[in-house]
Amino acid sequence: MRARTKFIIGGALILGTVGYLMASGIKETGVYYLTPTELAAKINADHSFYNVGVKMGARVVKGTITRDVATQTITFRASDGAQSYPVIYRGLAPDTFTDDVDVVVEGRLQPDGTFRATTLLAKCGSRYEAVPTRTT
Amino acid sequence: MTELGNICLWIALLIGLWGSAVAFMAGRTHRADLGRSAERSIFALWGLLVIASAALMHALLTHDFNVEYVAAYTSRNLPVFYTWSAFYAGQKGSLLLWALVVTTFGSIALLVNRGKYRELTPYVAGTIAVIAVFFIATMVFASNPFERLGFTPPDGRGLNPQLQNPGMVFHPPMLYLGYTSISIPFAFAVAALVSGKLDTGWLHAIRRWTLLSWLFLSCGIVLGMWWAYVELGWGGYWAWDPVENASFLPWLTMTAFLHSVMIQEKRGMLKKWNIGLVVGSFLLSIFGTFLTRSGVISSVHSFAQSNVGYFFLIALVLFGVAGFGLLWWRWPMLQAETRLESMVSREAAFLFNNLILVVIAFAVLWGTIFPIISEAVRGTKVTVGPPFFNQVNIPLGLGLLLLTGIGPLIAWRKASTQNLRRQFFWPTVAMLVTAAALAAIRMSDGWSIVAYALGAFVTVTVAQEFVRGVGARHRLHGEMLPLAFVRLVGRNRRRYGGYVVHLGIVMLFAAFAGLAFKRETEVTLKPGQSVDVRSPYGWTYHLTHQGISQYDELNRFVTAASMDVSRDGKYLGTMKSEKRQYLDSMGQPTAEPATEVAIRSDVREDLYIVFAGAVQGTEQAVYKIVINPLVWWVWYGGLVLAFGGLITLWPSAQGPTPASRRRAEPAGYVAQVGA
Repeated sequence: MRARTKFIIGGALILGTVGYLMASGIKETGVYYLTPTELAAKINADHSFYNVGVKMGARVVKGTITRDVATQTITFRASDGAQSYPVIYRGLAPDTFTDDVDVVVEGRLQPDGTFRATTLLAKCGSRYEAVPTRTT
Repeated sequence: MTELGNICLWIALLIGLWGSAVAFMAGRTHRADLGRSAERSIFALWGLLVIASAALMHALLTHDFNVEYVAAYTSRNLPVFYTWSAFYAGQKGSLLLWALVVTTFGSIALLVNRGKYRELTPYVAGTIAVIAVFFIATMVFASNPFERLGFTPPDGRGLNPQLQNPGMVFHPPMLYLGYTSISIPFAFAVAALVSGKLDTGWLHAIRRWTLLSWLFLSCGIVLGMWWAYVELGWGGYWAWDPVENASFLPWLTMTAFLHSVMIQEKRGMLKKWNIGLVVGSFLLSIFGTFLTRSGVISSVHSFAQSNVGYFFLIALVLFGVAGFGLLWWRWPMLQAETRLESMVSREAAFLFNNLILVVIAFAVLWGTIFPIISEAVRGTKVTVGPPFFNQVNIPLGLGLLLLTGIGPLIAWRKASTQNLRRQFFWPTVAMLVTAAALAAIRMSDGWSIVAYALGAFVTVTVAQEFVRGVGARHRLHGEMLPLAFVRLVGRNRRRYGGYVVHLGIVMLFAAFAGLAFKRETEVTLKPGQSVDVRSPYGWTYHLTHQGISQYDELNRFVTAASMDVSRDGKYLGTMKSEKRQYLDSMGQPTAEPATEVAIRSDVREDLYIVFAGAVQGTEQAVYKIVINPLVWWVWYGGLVLAFGGLITLWPSAQGPTPASRRRAEPAGYVAQVGA
């Protein structure tokens, strides 16, 4: 067998393995990224969706954040304007997490309508490109 | 001054257009006057962009808050050091920096190669002019750094606190230098394709540029990791975030190119592949900027969301079509001169190395843009996280580590059993001994055992090369050992610099493998209370919360929490982590509070303490405590890597080996092993 053929076989083996790893990786670790409205639509269409972990991108409703430092629990309402869910998160929130920022929470929607988050990311987008406003 | 800057941008746009047109005409007609005009256009562009940059810098340093960019990124009480860095803290300044660096590198490339590669230089100038035009047009039409506000705010909004860190002062320019300098190899590749001068000449012209840009990218990536680690306070240095991936992608393809170019030089193979890698690296660097600056993939780092994204998308498509279109056009001229003779050869090792690097790049790219792909195909965004990247990249990375040991030592064409035994006996012994030793002490993570065993393998191959090389000089020239060592490296910079880079890679792999043993706890403590944390080495840290203090400092209000730390009963010191609330000159808070982590680092592990906050009104504190094994090795591995890159890059006294001499070597050239 020529070396070239052998290399092609070896390369195909590597590509095959990687293809398999990628496909199974996406299947096992891929997470839906939804807005509250999309999440509500999914749940209405199929109730088994309660058991699926999702990422939800939404905005923190102003004035809804409560923090219980002793139990490290944070609750707030996350909204995309049309639909909103109360979120319960246990853990440390990033520095950027405050009123009115965009957050990405990962977790599951409970049948009682609360979103239990296992991770909480806050985006600092508004901060970086904000137009200065007139201040006194 | 900003009017001057603005005018400079407009003139630069016109000159850029002129330069691109004239340059390509000069290439076609071989008219020297047009060629000179094209070259001068690049120098003029550089001069204009220098003035524009100076104008922006002047506005920043004089606090001209009527300029939107100045108001958005600086404030009166921002330290001067960080006012400088505000130049590239935002999108608009970054674009200006890109344009400036492209034309700087372009001018240097034209000056250095003056009188050489006559067929190529007009096209090189033309390509650089086109790239510059793209950035200048983006600034002028979509994102002008000199844009003024309708009013003058009394103070600016200040720089994001997370960017007020020395790592962030050097990390972005390093990355930009890396991204931009790939433009030069790309320009040469385009020139070679358009002119049809596809011999190895253009390769020699760009080898060093590619290495330089690889070096900048490497430094930029490691600095970015360091910044994330000390500043973001989540306990790690790499999260497979889209923006991190964006910088990793061109690094992978350039690493592939730096290896495969040796195959083309020595054996005349992989010509199409090499051009493809250069074009691909350039596109990935544009793509990286696009990702960072467009916010197309929701990422915590995508600072900006604006229509600049469309400019980048158009550029990406145009440069992609042009680059790969030219490659397709010249396809028949790029036939390999030799064939792969055996799977047990250096060529094969390098081929697999390239394949793996490119496959890693593909997997990372796929995972990064998967949200977009899934949304386009299935209508819902699906994201993949670190588990996906780890699952795919750990086996690939380890395969690459193995090849790092094999590639440089195995013979060209076809390795004999004798060659294999001579080169790989001791490394294999070291590998097996390490694996057995780690299994014996019951290291719990299989991948880590493999990583350390392969690390030992590579380290011994490199050590063996140095020992044999020095020994040979000592015997042949009668040189003392230190002198022999210096001369060995000095006379073969590319080869031994490469080995040093490989050692740096081994150190990085050792550090990454240590991540498997990370420990994390979160606790709430009253003053006087303590917590015990076990380290993977079996030690116990005893941490006692001392209390919380608050005070003003420079441009911030600090809340600090202190812990007394002892390990196995031995007192190590007090560690203080902070929450910093940055204030503007009127004492108003400017952004969310930032965390200042306390880190105690040594060769074996880091103790990493994050003060997450105080229970309202009390001195009770919430802490996150992380034990991070072997993080030290990331930073020092990065240093070794950069040092190796510098050795390779350093101009050698004898000048680069001319192509003619290399060609004259017998075809049956076998690696000069030791002597």
